[in-house]
Amino acid sequence: MANPSEFEDYFALFQIKPQFKIDRQALESAYLTVQKQVHPDLHVSGSDAEKRVSMQMATLANTAYRTLGHPIQRGLYLCSRNGVDPQLETNTAMPAAFLMQQMEWRETLDEVREDPIALDQLLDEVEQSKQDVLKEVEVAIDEAKDFVLASEKLRALLFIDKFSQELEDAITA
Amino acid sequence: MALLQIAEPGQSLAPHQRRIAVGIDLGTTNSLVAAMKNSLPEVLADDQGRALLPSVVRYLPGGSTQAGYQALQNATGDPKNTIISVKRFMGRGINDVANKEFIPYEFVDAPGMLKLKTVSGDKSPVEISAEILARLRQRAEDSFNDEIVGAVITVPAYFDDAQRQATKDAAKLAGIEVLRLLNEPTAAAIAYGLDNSSEGLYAVYDLGGGTFDISILKLSKGVFEVLSTGGDSALGGDDFDHRLYCYVLEQAKLQLLSDKDTRLLLNASKEVKEQLSKNPLSRVHATLSDGKVINVGISQAQFFELTQHLVNKTLVAAKKALRDAGLSAQEVKGIVMVGGATRMPHVQRAVGELFGQTPLTNLDPDKVVAIGAAMQADLLAGNQQKGNEWLLLDVIPLSLGVEMMGGLVEKIIPRNTPIPVAKAQDFTTFKDGQTALAVHILQGEREVVDHCRSLGKFELRNIPPMAAGAARIRVTYQVDADGLLSVTAREQQSGVEAHIDVKPSYGLSDTDITSMLQDGFSHATEDVHVRALREEIVDGQRLVEAIDAALKEDQDLLEADELEMIQRKVEALKELIVESKDVQVIRRSVESLSKSTDEFAAKRMNKSIKLALAGKKVEDI
Repeated sequence: MANPSEFEDYFALFQIKPQFKIDRQALESAYLTVQKQVHPDLHVSGSDAEKRVSMQMATLANTAYRTLGHPIQRGLYLCSRNGVDPQLETNTAMPAAFLMQQMEWRETLDEVREDPIALDQLLDEVEQSKQDVLKEVEVAIDEAKDFVLASEKLRALLFIDKFSQELEDAITA
Repeated sequence: MALLQIAEPGQSLAPHQRRIAVGIDLGTTNSLVAAMKNSLPEVLADDQGRALLPSVVRYLPGGSTQAGYQALQNATGDPKNTIISVKRFMGRGINDVANKEFIPYEFVDAPGMLKLKTVSGDKSPVEISAEILARLRQRAEDSFNDEIVGAVITVPAYFDDAQRQATKDAAKLAGIEVLRLLNEPTAAAIAYGLDNSSEGLYAVYDLGGGTFDISILKLSKGVFEVLSTGGDSALGGDDFDHRLYCYVLEQAKLQLLSDKDTRLLLNASKEVKEQLSKNPLSRVHATLSDGKVINVGISQAQFFELTQHLVNKTLVAAKKALRDAGLSAQEVKGIVMVGGATRMPHVQRAVGELFGQTPLTNLDPDKVVAIGAAMQADLLAGNQQKGNEWLLLDVIPLSLGVEMMGGLVEKIIPRNTPIPVAKAQDFTTFKDGQTALAVHILQGEREVVDHCRSLGKFELRNIPPMAAGAARIRVTYQVDADGLLSVTAREQQSGVEAHIDVKPSYGLSDTDITSMLQDGFSHATEDVHVRALREEIVDGQRLVEAIDAALKEDQDLLEADELEMIQRKVEALKELIVESKDVQVIRRSVESLSKSTDEFAAKRMNKSIKLALAGKKVEDI
């Protein structure tokens, strides 16, 4: 898709520093500031060219906001901006310890599916583990600049995230 | 702040240049048109002072039509030719219609959308809706004694792509320029939010005649952000009438009725439903065509019990919308009630219990959507003062996906993604020498193709023969601010491209619309050609004005040769506007000029972003 913007990347679009740790409020405020300039509602009476550019730019702003607002997506985006392809589809290798933990969680879920209190406890545990790994990603990216390590951790996070989604579904079911 | 004074063309017009734009609520039961008058939104009434136009169209022999109250009066006498609740058939095929045996129409299976057999021929829901829209346009033009530049037309948030496209086609057929399709609950939120300067999380519960929507919004500092939306595009007040009607059939031990008697009892049931919102007891009293007198009493409590399952269905959707927004019911600050069906006390009670507070019913539930649409239309037409503008961020209600091997659907854009949005996905060939690839686009939440709505199929042909898996085909889905989808497929190495605006399965092609317009749409008072020429000239003038204004501000963004080319084309168009009578020639000149300003428009937009963000930074300090 044609990108009419001259901004180098999503961070540049919102004029925020390209790092993992971000200020959510600053991101949201920059997003709204950009949308207040580019949103198609503000260009209805413009020329066709203006309308086209407005739709493309609003689309870009939405994509950028969603990517940077979601920690895992933001991490993956930073990896690929720094030349490390996270290989989400091809590389499914995970450390043995991580796989063991995943299996344990899944077994627990099968055992406690009908027990709301135990489900909640499990969700807390999974969420805590997610926060821990996110912290490791932050260190890997912002301090060590080790994008290979960061992308391994982000791949693991995708699994954790999927499992926590299943857990929430089980809780609301 | 001086830095931010970028006057966009069309956004700071002097009062005498105010452009009249209206908001239209095209409802299942009633339709309304509203506009800003003396800075206040107002529902426009007919010459007898009535705000509502019943969404009813009657076809007479010879091709003329009646609409509104006049048509409604004849519904019982002429049920087959008097179409009520046509909105339920918009963008729908014959197999989508539930309870066909209880609806007094003769359906015709047609490619894409169903049609209804009438005395003046088979009519598509788009044509029938256009009759209603044309009346509303006329009402607005009479009220202002002027032409309107365009309209914001509301649709249920849960309308899918086919239903939205059908609505847009109907407007086109009625000679209305659609400024935007706006989701009904979002329109209500604008009307409520602007009126009360509300801030915080709000839910809009919209139970209309034939559709149900629930939207969760965040209102803050002039921004209306839709967090999630849900609903059922085939659930509304009509279904409550229908339950009552079935109860009457059962109590009176009636067999299948004639079309006239069906309509008679349905209307009687509707009246009784409305009475039961106020009175503890009511009675369906009617005389059938064979002289048989029907007399069935019912209490409020019985009616509530009969229809509680319908109310519960709305609660399930409301809970899902809350979950999608990541919120609990207690976090919601207020619930705005919209749609005539929310007058039923058991609906209000159930909603109040779910959210743990009394819902807001101080707005007229019939008018609030049209009022919000009028406000948005005024904004889009550029009549709001700079600085008073608000920003609306809406979402796509249903996931968009593509058919994969084995009849499964892969989601490309998940529901509740903010629009506009685009997403690209790469595919490859699975056979050696394969030269074509079929793309089947679907909408819905289910995982199997048969359970989702098919929006269209198209083929990318002439892919150069390659080994299996070597081609790289990028399919791009773009959803615009109206929630409408277009899809482009491109083979990356050869550059072979295919593009569709999604409408072939359920919609009218542009040629269909043109031919319908030329068939002498019953209210066309002037020559189609004259109108087209005038519209083209107005378009041209607007473009020239817009570019002149842009050049005055931002000439320095252009290289000398770019500037020279644009100026040359502007002059050429100016001449054509004065001299030419050829629509095509003017249109080509407009398109050519517009195209050569693409880059200029992008540069201007980039500049405005930088300035706005720079202004923001200064403010923060």
